[in-house]
Amino acid sequence: MTAQADDELWSAIADPSRRRVLDLLVSHGDVSASWLAGHVPFSRQAVSKHLVVLEQAGLISRRKQGREVLFQVDDGRLDQAARAMADLAAQWDRRLATIKRLAEAAHVEATGHVEATGHGEATGHVGATGHVGATGHVGATGHVEATR
Amino acid sequence: MADPVIEREVLIEAPVQVVWRTITEPDRMSQWFADRVDLVVEPGAHGYMQFGDQGGPVVVEMVDPLARFSFRWNHPRDEEPVAGNSMLVEFTLTPEGDERTRLRVTESGHELRDWPDAEKQRYTEDHQGGWADFLDGLTNVVVERQLG
Repeated sequence: MTAQADDELWSAIADPSRRRVLDLLVSHGDVSASWLAGHVPFSRQAVSKHLVVLEQAGLISRRKQGREVLFQVDDGRLDQAARAMADLAAQWDRRLATIKRLAEAAHVEATGHVEATGHGEATGHVGATGHVGATGHVGATGHVEATR
Repeated sequence: MADPVIEREVLIEAPVQVVWRTITEPDRMSQWFADRVDLVVEPGAHGYMQFGDQGGPVVVEMVDPLARFSFRWNHPRDEEPVAGNSMLVEFTLTPEGDERTRLRVTESGHELRDWPDAEKQRYTEDHQGGWADFLDGLTNVVVERQLG
């Protein structure tokens, strides 16, 4: 769980509506809540709520300009979020690589043992073809399971 | 409809049965996932995963043998994991012939909620690449800003 960003950051960014808001802030910067509301498919109230969550997560900040409040992204925090996601993806890649290795090894082992049952447990007697089909022979028993 | 944060896949040279066992049997899970896995892979089962000196509860969501397995985690302690307070990890297995399996994993956060279907559809179309694109976008922005 090492790569997990802190919960606030994570849940702030995991919501698609908020990501849409964040997208707009990344691409346009310095815009007001009303401007944002005109560019998203949800209400002005929803925009305000999302802005609060993003602000609490430190992803954006607000400043006053005249009578307007403008929002902008925080680069450092954004960088942190991007890294957290990249780490998470890398973590899954490592896990998948391990699953691949384990499954392929288990498969090779299982199929190897299937052949071994044919050849009997006559270790080293590979080619002792006479044993093929002599399934009763199979002291290889336990291994059969491995093929299931 | 979940919006995957992470979406990764791998092609494994082993039949789907072998891959299924690798990802669902606790003694195998402990080889690729957590250091210790206490989990019965049945829908609704509560379990625990230990990572070094950290750990957390997991709850199995869906089990469709040889095809799909999902669980929720990263929910607050003392709360039941549901959409909105947890991450959903889902494995999808697709056989490619008798000896190969495509394994896909997604980790998704909050659902697209409170949106009319048409908006969901539009959003999904706008964001075909989903998180991957978002992540690329973020990374580019961050890199550009650092260079600039």
